[in-house]
Amino acid sequence: MDFAVILKNFDFLLLQGLLGFGNFVGGTLRLALPAMVIGFILGIFIGLGRLARSAWIRVPATVYVELFRGVPLVMVIFWFWFILPIILRLPLPEYGIALMAFVIFEAAYLGEIVRAGIQSVPRGQIEAAASIGLSSAQTMGYVILPQALRNMIPALVTQFIVLFKDTSLASIIGYVDLTKAAQIVNNREIRPFELYLFIAVVYWLCTYAMSRYAHYLERRLTPA
Amino acid sequence: MNYHFDWSVLWTGQSGQWLLQGVVTTLEISVLAWLLALGLGTLSGALRTVPFAPLRALATCYVEFFRNVPLLVWMFFWYFALPPFLPQSLQDWLFNHGAEFWAGTVALGVYHGARFSEVIRAGIQAIPKTQFEAAISTGLSTGQAYRLIILPIALRLIIPPATNESLNLLKNSSVALTIGVAELTFQTRQIETYTARAFEALTAGTLIYLALCLTIAFVMARVERRFAIPGMIARVGAAEH
Repeated sequence: MDFAVILKNFDFLLLQGLLGFGNFVGGTLRLALPAMVIGFILGIFIGLGRLARSAWIRVPATVYVELFRGVPLVMVIFWFWFILPIILRLPLPEYGIALMAFVIFEAAYLGEIVRAGIQSVPRGQIEAAASIGLSSAQTMGYVILPQALRNMIPALVTQFIVLFKDTSLASIIGYVDLTKAAQIVNNREIRPFELYLFIAVVYWLCTYAMSRYAHYLERRLTPA
Repeated sequence: MNYHFDWSVLWTGQSGQWLLQGVVTTLEISVLAWLLALGLGTLSGALRTVPFAPLRALATCYVEFFRNVPLLVWMFFWYFALPPFLPQSLQDWLFNHGAEFWAGTVALGVYHGARFSEVIRAGIQAIPKTQFEAAISTGLSTGQAYRLIILPIALRLIIPPATNESLNLLKNSSVALTIGVAELTFQTRQIETYTARAFEALTAGTLIYLALCLTIAFVMARVERRFAIPGMIARVGAAEH
């Protein structure tokens, strides 16, 4: 065992692989953070769509959620990789394909969390908001969503951890994230044990910090 | 978009056979990994609730370390990093008998064992503590109380979240294609490579996954109704990530 290989490639692994600074368009965080934000925004619409009164909105939203939750993420990434360039008729970089695949895929899961969060708000709140003269859009924006958001924070952080771990799958189509960076170094140095253990620890530190934060939020937000 | 569909690629040549082999391999790796995950998950989930701190700590370490690292990294770890440490004869045997399949099974099973553990722990904690105390007071040892009273109830309580987790395991078996296991996603890509028919191949793979997931969900819903303990099933929330 020779952990000097980690020190020698420390910059490449962390700066290029984890953060995305370097010669490649890459980085685990550069993919994970926008995917979380955009995926959550899309997820809000999916969640609202699942609760819509009109079947024209509710049914497509339900099909969307059930479809993406029934298919492996690897499959979805391949779909985007093969199909997007055909549909858009232009070559796309791995970053664009990976980001779109993650946003679309995670929005199905985040949409379910949003729906559960909205359903956890007592019905009386809607009636109270209507009785003081708020429109349904105002009720949603000022009364329901702020409370729902608070209820869904623990589940949301949990899903973000899942997404963070899932970004490692972007390496399958050649996106240079932390996992791919370790693979690249390993091809040169042939030190699989040291390298894969090292990135496991890096992933672990990031996700464990997030899950501690989720526990803290859960305790703080649960009424005693 | 001027793409000409040609669905016949799915049943001409070797495609059909490849898809079938893919489904069989996906099911094989999933079932073996599922058994491993259920064993590890039940053991570590039970240990996390016992009144003996060192065992609890051991189980917590296992769960927290394995479920917080991406499955893909575990696949590489079990396939590339560990075999060089095995005795030479065992290495030879493994690489003659589909090492990638066994590495994939272990990676999938150990990773999902940590996730099953959380489901089973939640199930055990949903059982009123008096149940355990009553078992002890009738003269059962802690081990007997777990084996005869606590675990049989907990395993029936957790059927819905455990079904969810089992479906995750089935879907995650697709990650094994990265180390060369010829499962369903791998075969789908192979068809794409040979026929250059991405749309048709991916549609076939996607539909098979959907069919597998829906079938399992349907069967488990029946199992759940059969084994439900009236008034207790709703107590266990969805599993954590």
